[in-house]
Amino acid sequence: MATPSIVAITAHAGGYGADARIKWTEWLPWIAAIAVYFFAPSYLPLGSYILILILFALSLDLILGYAGIITLGHTAYFGLGAYVAGILAKFGTADPLIGLVVAAVAAGVFGLITGAIILRTHGLTLLMLTLAITSICYEIANKATDWTGGADGLSGISMNALFGQFKFDMFGNTAYLYSLVLLFVGWWLIRRIIYSPFGASLAGVRENAVRMHAVGAPVYRRLVTVYGISAAIAGVAGAALTHTTQFVGLKVLGFELSGDLLVMLILGGVGRLYGAFIGPLIYLLAQDALAKQYPEYWYFWIGALLVVIVMFAPGGVLGLIDSIRARFRKS
Amino acid sequence: MNALFSQLVSVAFHGMAYGMILYIISVGLSVTMGLMGFANLAHGVFAMAGGYVMLTMMNTYGVPFPLALAIAFVAVALGSMVLERLLYARLYSAGELAQVLFTIGLILMAIAVARLIYGTLQQPVTLPSYMQGQINLLGRDFPAYRVVVIIFSVLIAVLLWFGVERTRWGAMLRAAVDNRSMAQSIGIDTKKLFTLTFALGSGLAAIGGGMGAELLSIQPTYPFEHLVFFLIVVSIGGMGTLKGPFVAALLIGVTDTACKYWLPQFGAFFIYAAAIALLLWRPAGLFGRTT
Amino acid sequence: MSTIALQTSRLCKSFGALTVADNIEFRLEAGARHALIGPNGAGKTTFVNMLTGRIQPSSGSITLGGVDITRAAQGERVKRGLGRTFQINTLFRNLTVLDNVALGIAERVGVSAGMFRPAAAQRVVVDESRALLSSLGLADDADQQLAGLPYGKQRLVEIAIALGLKPKVLLLDEPAAGVPSLESHRIFEVLDGLPKEIAILIIEHDMDLVFRFAQRITVLAQGAVLAEGTPQQIRTDERVRQVYLGEEHG
Repeated sequence: MATPSIVAITAHAGGYGADARIKWTEWLPWIAAIAVYFFAPSYLPLGSYILILILFALSLDLILGYAGIITLGHTAYFGLGAYVAGILAKFGTADPLIGLVVAAVAAGVFGLITGAIILRTHGLTLLMLTLAITSICYEIANKATDWTGGADGLSGISMNALFGQFKFDMFGNTAYLYSLVLLFVGWWLIRRIIYSPFGASLAGVRENAVRMHAVGAPVYRRLVTVYGISAAIAGVAGAALTHTTQFVGLKVLGFELSGDLLVMLILGGVGRLYGAFIGPLIYLLAQDALAKQYPEYWYFWIGALLVVIVMFAPGGVLGLIDSIRARFRKS
Repeated sequence: MNALFSQLVSVAFHGMAYGMILYIISVGLSVTMGLMGFANLAHGVFAMAGGYVMLTMMNTYGVPFPLALAIAFVAVALGSMVLERLLYARLYSAGELAQVLFTIGLILMAIAVARLIYGTLQQPVTLPSYMQGQINLLGRDFPAYRVVVIIFSVLIAVLLWFGVERTRWGAMLRAAVDNRSMAQSIGIDTKKLFTLTFALGSGLAAIGGGMGAELLSIQPTYPFEHLVFFLIVVSIGGMGTLKGPFVAALLIGVTDTACKYWLPQFGAFFIYAAAIALLLWRPAGLFGRTT
Repeated sequence: MSTIALQTSRLCKSFGALTVADNIEFRLEAGARHALIGPNGAGKTTFVNMLTGRIQPSSGSITLGGVDITRAAQGERVKRGLGRTFQINTLFRNLTVLDNVALGIAERVGVSAGMFRPAAAQRVVVDESRALLSSLGLADDADQQLAGLPYGKQRLVEIAIALGLKPKVLLLDEPAAGVPSLESHRIFEVLDGLPKEIAILIIEHDMDLVFRFAQRITVLAQGAVLAEGTPQQIRTDERVRQVYLGEEHG
């Protein structure tokens, strides 16, 4: 895998000399999230969506920022999870927890299979394959209208109440807390992996795959494993979206979402765990405020933002904060 | 039986035309990928720009088709040169992720600009009279447009091959693709070589976009819509070769046309599946080299 | 009876019409200090790449400690005790020096696939890494980012990574290459101090280093073995003089 200079500029968690204990600053996002629940109840539906996308972004960061696998097709696993959850709920059981498990397994297995295939390649070929796989999924979802609702999407999903108590209603209380708990679990898992020896070996693969081969690491196996894990988490995020909105649209498999996710991650900072928190937050809030009025202009400026970030601030928002802090430390 | 044969010929013919357009557009991408190792996902933007320029010349200013195509070539080649010197060149050693993000940013900007100037609908294409209607070859009627496309594209392919195999520029190009640092140390100005080659590749894409406007319609979503196919041509063909994309584009053109004709409910499914299978068998493409 | 640590038999490699390895017969004894020299383009690095498994020979065989490894994958050769350094530093530039060394040690010890306990809690790996760095004089640099170190120290890390794998055979590809002469004495010291049990093959252009370090020398020219013997024998060999030592080398 090539060493992306974007990722190189960012500071990474993990490694054999790192302190793995959770710092107090790492609790802030959760405190903020809970505060939103109590003080900004009208934002709960949007908030739920943001939390789900943060989980999705985290899963992408695991393979993109840490393992260095450059993909434009992570939506395939998100979308698969979303549709599996939707189809299960509509035609099978509408229990949310069962839906999560099934979606995770389906997406994870699909991730392992496709990962095993495409991770034998690299660079542009790998990128193309990720696009091709997502395109295949999109085509299937588009054409299998009996199951997926095709272009109209899958509606008529009615989720059971969580634990028999908490209904997914339009106020979004259950949805928000549901997404928050899922994000917490996903974050905790990913954080563990990053700080583990496995995570350290991923960083090694990203930084210098040749050297990792030379020290006897089973590089391919590691990559396929993390790819499968990441796919499963993306699948859970997709399922959560279905559960909280009780709808699955083709958008979950579209290029637009893929591009959006990448922008979110770059905006926040790749390979920095919390870049995946900041990026979606800023992007989605901004999009909510601005894009409805001027959609063409929105994507123009997002494109320009990407170019500017790559040229001048490759570390994203977190990278900028780091360089500002470094400058203060010097003076 | 005669009907089946007729269908086969028709599919092969249409597939070839489609494949030739794919080739003309993608060959530039394959060469710059092999030469600079730069993942230029925005290559489709140059094809789209070529289409828009040509159609604007024809529809708004009444410029005849061949001249409009030539103007498109020059305009896009020059424009891409500016982009290359100002932006692309800074990212040659920036790593793949930076290049992917940058080019996606360019695509987004290009799509937005196209939408603002031309709106979201397809651009209408009025072919010159000599490209409309049918031509009778060997007792069969073939659409004139596609015949012209095939002939013209083959001509370009031959010219390109000649240029790469017989000219000094071509020799430098082959050396630099083979071993860039070695080429630099024997005095080849790789910076100029990159710029020139990039401009040529983008200009060719513009021609492909213009010529192929009837097949790949010119609309703002063009760069994203056809990105996967361009990438498939380059990956399957093998990067840094002329032969590779040619064979791959033909294969894909014919296969895609055949699938759309006989198995329309599956869409592009088979192409993707076939691409995946082919790459598993030959990860570096049909004619690529495994480094 | 001395044991053969590494051996090749009729090893050949051609790229089309170009032969880069021509029937190479090579033996490395246990505990040896063996140097491989030859003019540029003689095929030395290709030879090493075949030994480590980065490229496959066209024909011939390679034996490590009596076991045929000709078809074995890189990882397997590493597990069987074959280590190498690269001519150009192949390091994890953005990771710490500690991580650079620990990654290899973790693979060897077998904890590298663990996903739940923190890496830093793997005391065995961390302690061994720090001890290894200490033995090379790099203890203070352990928590620095590798890219910030001077080139000579980076070269030492390159050797450290290979040592961390506890190899039985160590292939050193131009360990002193690119190191400013002010720092190269450190490299020499480290090489002198390498454990006596390890069989070492060093590829070098620096003749001072070669004649100081090697007990046996093999000369490679145009992919074939030109001569082999003690430093004294090689120094006085006419053919070697013509092809190599007679030329002006920087």
